[in-house]
Amino acid sequence: MIRLEHVTKTFKTKDGDVHAVKDVSIHIKKGEIYGIIGFSGAGKSTLVRCMNLLERPNEGKVIFDGEDLMEASPSALRKARAKIGMIFQHFNLMPAMTIYDNIALPLKLEKRPKDEIDAKVMELLDLIDLVERKDSYPSQLSGGQKQRVAIARALVNDPKVLLCDEATSALDPQTTQNILRLIRRINEERKITVVVITHEMFVVKELCDEVAVMESGRVVEQGEIVPVFTHPVQEMTKDFIATASNAGKVDELIAKHHPLVALKHNQQLVRLQYDSSNTAEAMISRISRKWGVDCSIIFGSVEIWRDTPIGQLVTIFTGTDEQIVRAIEDLKENNVQVEVIKRGHIE
Amino acid sequence: MDTLSNLIPNVIKFANVFPQAIVDTLIMLTVTGVVSFIIGLPVAVLVVVTKPGGIKPNRWIFWICDKIINLFRAIPFVILIPLMYGLTRAIFHTSIGIKSAFVPLIVGTIPFMARQLESAMEEIPEGIVEASTSMGMTCWQIITNVYLKQNIPGMIRGITIVLIAVIGQIAIVGTVGAGGLGDLAIRFGWQRQMSDITFVVLILLLIIISVIQFFGDWLVRKTTH
Repeated sequence: MIRLEHVTKTFKTKDGDVHAVKDVSIHIKKGEIYGIIGFSGAGKSTLVRCMNLLERPNEGKVIFDGEDLMEASPSALRKARAKIGMIFQHFNLMPAMTIYDNIALPLKLEKRPKDEIDAKVMELLDLIDLVERKDSYPSQLSGGQKQRVAIARALVNDPKVLLCDEATSALDPQTTQNILRLIRRINEERKITVVVITHEMFVVKELCDEVAVMESGRVVEQGEIVPVFTHPVQEMTKDFIATASNAGKVDELIAKHHPLVALKHNQQLVRLQYDSSNTAEAMISRISRKWGVDCSIIFGSVEIWRDTPIGQLVTIFTGTDEQIVRAIEDLKENNVQVEVIKRGHIE
Repeated sequence: MDTLSNLIPNVIKFANVFPQAIVDTLIMLTVTGVVSFIIGLPVAVLVVVTKPGGIKPNRWIFWICDKIINLFRAIPFVILIPLMYGLTRAIFHTSIGIKSAFVPLIVGTIPFMARQLESAMEEIPEGIVEASTSMGMTCWQIITNVYLKQNIPGMIRGITIVLIAVIGQIAIVGTVGAGGLGDLAIRFGWQRQMSDITFVVLILLLIIISVIQFFGDWLVRKTTH
């Protein structure tokens, strides 16, 4: 649906060039929810603006629904933009228009018949559950309500794509959940492709099918969400996973020589990761029965990635080297990823 | 009545000159306000649209508009009156009466008006313009739907400030024979030492200013959502 090829965007400033986006190529498939995650300043907002040419890339191609927008005429570009809905962190509603008029605006610009506009706006007001507030002004609404209005406005032209630029970053956790559910519902019911820009891991976790991780203007890792986040290659990706799960904390404890992770010579600190086909208790009890390895669990968590539960355990295995090696092999044979974080030393 | 004639004897004596002076002042105010709005608004739009980072950046148009505004804002108003003398004669074939005041008043007010309207438009968050672009709005649609409509309270606030400043300038043009309340204060209050007339002129000006301010504030409240 959207394909970026070698897109580069450089801003010229007094202090020299700022390379906001460097040689990024991504392909967003029809109907999926694609996440772009990165810490602030990574270039994700610029990247998403390249998709509808709010920022014109210096180099590269932007292909939307088979059309190269970089080559499009101004009027063709405007037509394409009308088919790419966009919502923003700060909502950007028209302060002097009612909720109804805000949603109706894109259709009014196209001079559509009044009854057609009315039917469409009322349908969307119903979707966002704000029918009774249609004559209110944006300043009278809460943040979550404003974002829902912005979503309705973005949908009024029946877009093919919805771009969400930090759409939940100004909202509280409860409201964020509601907005995420709404976005997901729109994706499923209206078959609209969604691009989500965020610095919050849980947004990606809740929503996305595919993800691209950005760091200083580059996409450092991309792919389907479960493989990317269960087998992260880049440090940046690991950092993000650490922000979303307790399991990352073990590294801090080791760095601080915390007594919880102090090991005897016959102990090893091991991280296990497994998906829904396994359950932790069964694994642990089997390896301790079968190989005589004692397991004490330090951390445990189950995270839901989109719809896939991913379990993580940080445990201390106690036993002889041979016992532990066999236990680890056994686990690996059963599709559990095993990482030995630290070995005990003979004091 | 006796008390009044003791308190403000000259005002009572020359009461017949006041209505015309008030009318002259209000005509000058209205004409200046309307014409400078009509010319100042497009100039303000031009500056907002063409400035670096605007929706249609154009270095030259922006530079010229910006510099002209700054130049005319920098000229003291009393200098503008003789400076516009030739233009006034060419347009109105007179150099006295309220007609003689229109050119310097309007020329002096347009840049001020343009700056006030421009800053009202600048107050509209950039994100709103960005959202409008992302909807596929044309440049013209952004001007008519966003810049001209989304900060009307700010524009009214600016216009109120301009009109109150214009009252001050009308008083100045009065001193060079343009009529109005300033003219009264000079001819009677100053030249004939009738300080009660000066005082009443001041009161009248304050009333006009208060009415403008009150009406402006009321409109701002009405248009703020």
